Amino acid sequence: MAGRGRGQLTFSVEIIGIGKGENLPPSCIQPTPVYPPLEQKPVPLQTGEEAEYMLALKQEFRGAMRTLPFYIRPTAPKKDVERYSDKYQKTETSDILEWKPDWRRFPKELRVRETRASKDKSPAVPKQVKLPRVDKVEIMHKLETLEQKEKEGSSDEEEAEKKKPEEEEADGEEVYDEEEFEDETDYAMSYFDNGEEFGGDSDDNMDEAVY
Amino acid sequence: MTAQEERLCGLLLQEHFGEVVEKVGTHLLRSGVLNLRALVHETKLPLDLVKKSVCVLVQQGMCSFSAGRRGPGAPVEYQICCEKVLHMLRYPHYIYTAKSLYGDTGELIVEEILQRGQMTMSNTVSTVADRLTHNMPEGQCMDYSEVVTAFSRLVETHFLQRSPSVTPAGSSTSGGADSNPPAVTQPIQAETHPDCYKLPYINISGKGKRRRSDDGDADQSTAKKAKTDNSEFGDEGIYWQVNFERFHLHFRDQAIVSAVVSKLDQTSSEIVRTMLRMSEVTTPANAAFTQALSANEIFRALPSTYNIARPILDQYLTLLVDDPMEFVGRTGDSGGGMFVVNLHRALANLARATLESVVQERFGSRSARIFRLLLRKRHLEQKQVEDFAMVPAKEAKDMLYTLLSENLVQLQEIPKTPDHAPSRTFYLYTVNQLPTARLLLQHCYKTVGNLIERRLYETKENKRLLEKSQRIEAILASLQATGAEAEQLTEVEEMITAPERQQLESLRHHINKYRTSNSTPHASMTHRIHVNVTSSSFFFVLAGWIPVKTKWMRPYFLSNPTSNPQSPHAERYLDKCRLV
Repeated sequence: MAGRGRGQLTFSVEIIGIGKGENLPPSCIQPTPVYPPLEQKPVPLQTGEEAEYMLALKQEFRGAMRTLPFYIRPTAPKKDVERYSDKYQKTETSDILEWKPDWRRFPKELRVRETRASKDKSPAVPKQVKLPRVDKVEIMHKLETLEQKEKEGSSDEEEAEKKKPEEEEADGEEVYDEEEFEDETDYAMSYFDNGEEFGGDSDDNMDEAVY
Repeated sequence: MTAQEERLCGLLLQEHFGEVVEKVGTHLLRSGVLNLRALVHETKLPLDLVKKSVCVLVQQGMCSFSAGRRGPGAPVEYQICCEKVLHMLRYPHYIYTAKSLYGDTGELIVEEILQRGQMTMSNTVSTVADRLTHNMPEGQCMDYSEVVTAFSRLVETHFLQRSPSVTPAGSSTSGGADSNPPAVTQPIQAETHPDCYKLPYINISGKGKRRRSDDGDADQSTAKKAKTDNSEFGDEGIYWQVNFERFHLHFRDQAIVSAVVSKLDQTSSEIVRTMLRMSEVTTPANAAFTQALSANEIFRALPSTYNIARPILDQYLTLLVDDPMEFVGRTGDSGGGMFVVNLHRALANLARATLESVVQERFGSRSARIFRLLLRKRHLEQKQVEDFAMVPAKEAKDMLYTLLSENLVQLQEIPKTPDHAPSRTFYLYTVNQLPTARLLLQHCYKTVGNLIERRLYETKENKRLLEKSQRIEAILASLQATGAEAEQLTEVEEMITAPERQQLESLRHHINKYRTSNSTPHASMTHRIHVNVTSSSFFFVLAGWIPVKTKWMRPYFLSNPTSNPQSPHAERYLDKCRLV
């Protein structure tokens, strides 16, 4: 049981060179300080034309990288209260790549459509297309039953209702603009007046030609 | 890939590509291989942002994709190469090397390609010509043919290479996959590409265009014409990227030559440089020796400024061969003697010198003597260390324990009896070069990471001051442009008070120091060359014979801020300091 005076060690410390009865510095039981004092001063940095030129190059490079489209900024956090003017302001192009990569060299799943109808939205569009159609059919039935009884004013209301989903659907097909899908504004941004349904549905005789 | 490397990669990605890419990149680094859905799920970012980030990373060559491991139907898997991200630290070096070899044109070509990751030749040529024309005086413009020449020379010396083309994965499986178009493309390695360095024939001619409005309609029409002509240049789909390995080999050669200069003299270094230049392109990247060159060939290839006689050349060669550093070796006697440059041995010696100088700078020359002793004698007992190093016992013990606690020196147990009894075991001190070199490399990465973080912190703390100074400069510039009086200028300048000015100056000084010291530790470890030598693989940490300038683990506030705003350095820093 060697080393009894110094704590239980598995080997005799004489081998490493600590003699018998020698004074060792006290053992350190706390973690080393974060900024210990340095005995040797470090060598000074390289200066000279080469080093300065490379410093300038580095700064320019970093500055240039920020302006390139490869610098992706996170989406801005939503403000506290939704403002009315937000709908009319230019939204950030969150799903458009500002540079045009050669898509043949990328896997297909990474492809981001330039027309803003990305993969997430494309299943939504047929759904929305289907819904107005379903509504349209129902409304058509309703109209047929109602037009015998009701005045023109009530059928106008239902036409207006039908027109709105139609407008949205038509707009969605022409211009992939999600704003009109999501925000049902009272005044649509591009007012689409399809006069066909308006004229055709109010007539009693549904067999007439639709203009 | 260690924690330090990961952290550094994250910081680099954030600086160059923003936080989103950093998040995606670090996550992918940590997880190894992931497919897109898992990546989206784990990073909790919106899908389109993740897609864009992965696109950016693939474009820059840092991320590679491959078909899923579970079969052809599995989703595409992505993987990030940590090394490529760390190469970003050395971009200024690459650009500077291109400048020193091929002038401003070469510099701009390499800079453009580094910024964009991959580019076609025609695109590069037109962009670089425009940039050069922009910097030229009025009336001159850069011809495309000059840029094409510079580009071809870069490709011929293998500094640029073609990006590996992607082949559809369906071609490797059986014909049953033909019905669905392959959703995944399989890139092949760049080095195995046989046409790696073949220049395409492109039909490009013209001159660079100025980006100024006073050039008028001629500019508009030619600009439009340039756009439509782009697709007709004939090199669609052939993308070029920077060949990092070649730059690393170049740095290695430079290190060897500068080592020879320090150890011997200028003429010997010219001889070694000639030998290396002659075997530049023919020696494979990981070769242990260059191609054997006869003394006759070397004599003929020496630059004409060095007018040395043939027998003198022979003497120099003999001197180089006999040198203990073993830079040059003699392999035969035909043609006046066949000589090779021992690349691996030179690198090993240089790495050893780096380790020694690190210990010397950090612990003093006596510890360095002990360290060198252990390197040469491999295993020594405590008593032998004291005797050989001629250091008093107490000090030797102290130094050995310090080195041991820093893990630069290890204890090796050699039991005399099978039961490993401690009283009957030898304990020998030893130094393992390879693990120690790796340790130092990780220290360097940690240092660079710390420096970047400190710089970011400093900039954030003093953001207000920096913004103010920028505004003042803008006001000054606009006033000067409109021809204001000196009084107004001084009035504006006084808007920054003197202590503020001093603070600003010291801040800029520190920030630039951080930036410089970011590049210097890397300059001293310019390339780590993986060498598979019989039993083990080595990392080599390189430096020249100059003492290594690594800053150890904790950033410093060094020296006095130069509060002299008239000095040229301060002027340049004032111009170039940017808000981060």
